[in-house]
Amino acid sequence: MMRRFFFSALLLLVVTVQSAFAQEAAEPAISGADTAWLLVSAALVLLMTPGLAFFYGGLVRRKNALNTMMMSFIAIGVMGVIWALVGYSIAFGEGGAYFGDFSFLFLKGVLMEPNGTIPDILFMGFQGTFAIITAALISGAVVGRMRFKAYILFIAAWGLLVYAPVCHWVWGGGWLGEMGALDFAGGAVVHINAGIAAVVVACMLGTRRDYGSMAFVPHNVPFVLLGAGLLWFGWFGFNGGSALAADGIAAVAMVNTLLAPAAALVAWTFLDYIHTSKGTAVGVATGIVVGLVAITPAAGFISPFWAMVLGAIAAVPSFYAIRYRVRTRLDDSLDVFAAHGVGGISGALLTGVFASAAIGGADGLLFGNSGQLGVQAVSILAVLLYSGIVTGIIVKVLDLTMNIRATTEDEDIGMDISHHGEAAYNTSEGAVLITE
Amino acid sequence: MKLIKAIIRPDKLTDVLRSLYKAEIRGLTVTNVRGHGGELEAVETYRGMTVKMDLRDKVMLDIGVSEPFVDATITAICDSARTGRVGDGKIFIIPVERVVRVRTGEEDMAAVTPV
Repeated sequence: MMRRFFFSALLLLVVTVQSAFAQEAAEPAISGADTAWLLVSAALVLLMTPGLAFFYGGLVRRKNALNTMMMSFIAIGVMGVIWALVGYSIAFGEGGAYFGDFSFLFLKGVLMEPNGTIPDILFMGFQGTFAIITAALISGAVVGRMRFKAYILFIAAWGLLVYAPVCHWVWGGGWLGEMGALDFAGGAVVHINAGIAAVVVACMLGTRRDYGSMAFVPHNVPFVLLGAGLLWFGWFGFNGGSALAADGIAAVAMVNTLLAPAAALVAWTFLDYIHTSKGTAVGVATGIVVGLVAITPAAGFISPFWAMVLGAIAAVPSFYAIRYRVRTRLDDSLDVFAAHGVGGISGALLTGVFASAAIGGADGLLFGNSGQLGVQAVSILAVLLYSGIVTGIIVKVLDLTMNIRATTEDEDIGMDISHHGEAAYNTSEGAVLITE
Repeated sequence: MKLIKAIIRPDKLTDVLRSLYKAEIRGLTVTNVRGHGGELEAVETYRGMTVKMDLRDKVMLDIGVSEPFVDATITAICDSARTGRVGDGKIFIIPVERVVRVRTGEEDMAAVTPV
């Protein structure tokens, strides 16, 4: 009897251990739930770029509306291809601390094998949508005056030489990730990176011809609101998907992506009332974007309460940065730096304050880890320096080899007709069909 | 009194308005118009359909002025609207029979003199 009991207990133990091993072995396998969520997330993030096209397109004058929107759309093509061919390998190849390698060139060996719990190819595609939106963000600084061809070459070079390496530093096993910098969905990789690049290109390109003498009034404010709405919607995939799983962290990231911009919107409107005694629509749209930018690095690391605090605080520096910028000679036309650079920096620093190891990542200042703030500051400075310098070199090289600036004549007529041979708003009067 | 009708490039409107303001010429009407001077037509393409845009967007200014201001107005517009390329526009100077200011009923010289 005793022996029999002992034997069955042993059998039970063996079975338990076996099944435990089986579970461990099953861990790296692909999870259906995670894959489903990332499939949706990739589509959501891609939608952000057309959203950005509307956001930027509404803010410019009607004669430049198509050109501005096209700078976002062309990025989907150019960056999508560049990323798949070379960029992904530079960013996520094994490599070293600063640079990946060329092992995944032309997507060699990137297919259905698990990467975490999702197929490798899905991870590549999801990351590709980030590369696309980052390049498109820069276009807000060069509207109305940069030759379209020069812009295409610029984003192609920038994607390879700036975006992919910085992505490697933080997410691809590079030195910033190793150092413990917290960047959940791309505060440094996407927003600070694009923000500083925008300032550099805008400086080197010069101001629009009538900058400072003429008021550039947004030609379609409903487009701006539509764009902000689409960006917000897509951002749920941007932050929620960055959990790379359909789990609790994804849920926290998603709710934070709802609450932080909501708080930023309220704070922005409050500041609007203080300064202009009116709540403006363009202000609401800008407040949403700044809130989204600020929560990006923190999304999966902080609790929803602190996300709201973070969103409200982050609205303040960006609000005043925009008010200050329009008085300067810096024609960062659509305030890419104020929204994405300053917003990204506020977000990255506040991540180091509000982060809680109970949710994910590490503790921040608020939970007794003052060192995290320093790590965050190093990551911000590193991205500002590298992106700023290399962007400058790319623009300089382009400037030496071709005209990067549209002619005064083209600028006056408007970039739509001069560079695209189309107009955003047409009547058919006086249009004659040419048949050869 | 003369009615000055000036047709200019839309992108030059701000420059012209500033220049008129500096020359102390007040009171004008601006209309968006479409027309054709001697400039080369713009060619646009939509899905392989090539279209020649015969009519270009222009802006027309109507300014009623008293005799001493006529030359100043013309100079101000010419200086600020000129790019040197075909399509800079035209200025027409038309004699005016009578002018009435709606608010006060003042006529002619008094009506075109800014208050």
